[in-house]
Amino acid sequence: MPSVDEIADGMYKMVQDAQGQKKLKPTGLQKAMMEMYGVDKKTCKLAIRALVDNGRLVYSYFGGSFLELPPDGDK
Amino acid sequence: MALKEHKTPLLDELEKGEWPSFVTEIKNCASKNEMSNDLLGLLEKSYRERIGFWKHGGIVGVMGYGGGVIGRYTQLPEEYPNIEHFHTMRVNQPSGWLYTSDALRKLCDIWEKHGSGLTNMHGSTGDIVFLGCTTDDLEPTFADLTEAGFDLGGSGSDVRTPSCCIGPARCEWACYDTLAVTYDFTMHYQDELHRPAFPYKWKFKMSGCPNDCVASVARADISIIGTWQDDIRIDQDSVGEYSDNGLDILRDVIMNCPGKCMEWDGKTLEIDNKTCRHCMHCINAMPKALRPGTDTGAVVLIGSKAPIVEGAIISSVLVPFWKPEPPYDDLKDLMDEIIDLWCEEGKARERIGEFIQRVGMGNFLDAIGLEPEPAMVAYPRDNPYVFYEDAEEE
Ligand code: SF4
Ligand code: SF4
Repeated sequence: MPSVDEIADGMYKMVQDAQGQKKLKPTGLQKAMMEMYGVDKKTCKLAIRALVDNGRLVYSYFGGSFLELPPDGDK
Repeated sequence: MALKEHKTPLLDELEKGEWPSFVTEIKNCASKNEMSNDLLGLLEKSYRERIGFWKHGGIVGVMGYGGGVIGRYTQLPEEYPNIEHFHTMRVNQPSGWLYTSDALRKLCDIWEKHGSGLTNMHGSTGDIVFLGCTTDDLEPTFADLTEAGFDLGGSGSDVRTPSCCIGPARCEWACYDTLAVTYDFTMHYQDELHRPAFPYKWKFKMSGCPNDCVASVARADISIIGTWQDDIRIDQDSVGEYSDNGLDILRDVIMNCPGKCMEWDGKTLEIDNKTCRHCMHCINAMPKALRPGTDTGAVVLIGSKAPIVEGAIISSVLVPFWKPEPPYDDLKDLMDEIIDLWCEEGKARERIGEFIQRVGMGNFLDAIGLEPEPAMVAYPRDNPYVFYEDAEEE
């Protein structure tokens, strides 16, 4: 079973690939990882938490909450 | 440096009269704070031109959290440079809004140091609202808040800061400990509060009795409203005193009883408790004479919301009687079922009430594994949900 770090990397790549084209919601990332790797919600939550806590991703709000790469300069 | 003077003839009108004025309060702050001063200028322009010159949202917050900060920016930064950023910070209020004066002073000192000095005590969410912060000042404000024992509240698609009425701390009608449930739920849902992961917002509001002082029935996804199962307690001597002192019991109490379940013969008040709708009217009218029963707990309702994306919805009964007992795992388990389903099947910006309307209450109850029962009503006595299994229809 993939580790939290590996799931975090998978999520980060999804956000990176979608940057500028589509905003991704935490639930969408979670669903994708659960389908791709068969991991549970708890692992996904920990992965998101790690990504946000270490500043690789940031939350944004545009009518709903999304996860994005930090703006230039924050990276 | 002297502050730029903004002429405010329209806003000045709002200071006239006997009542408190938010304009006076902004002016007080504006005399020593350039953000508040520019806010005054922008507000006057908005009143003059009838346009709100604001935009909100974006990427703004404190490290690690996805909620608690609402990004706000003026559309006219050249004209009003001090409010180019004017973010709102939501600070988690203590349950029941009970403070020491020392805590209030600390909050004000923090806010005068870092922001506009303007607060909203409290916002409609229940939070302490700090109005007007620059992006650079968010982290230092947050650091000082946590140092003082406060945390940010919720915003965006997350669990919003749970809020409650003052309950047993001061109110004799409280049928359960709203403060304890609110504190417990706030701590239990910390992750969901700070890290938005839902289709849309989710609000818990706790009221100690059907007076519902936090209006949970109209605006919370989960409303927990105190009630009782046994009989209203009557002190006949006090009823007589109300009558002797001029209360027209027949006109002002009996005739307004929605259950039509009271009788008064001039000496004795009788209540047919089986048809009482627990509306609190009679108890509010004669608080010395009537009290809720002693077998108390709460009704848990689901699905209300104010009109934002779609129209307003009032909550429907989900659990007709819940006995709150710490650690409240029975209710939390049910919440987990509901939240999981909603996260799985809900559309973006769809509140749980709208989700239930879309899929149907029958399907919803089925999916969360809750048996339907006649007491799950949308309005007292009026429309019990009736479900027929396919086999029964044949
Ligand atoms: S809701 Fe009921 S218990 Fe709570 S403060 Fe209001 S009257 Fe008191
Ligand atoms: S609580 Fe309301 S419904 Fe019940 S007896 Fe009093 S007035 Fe009537």
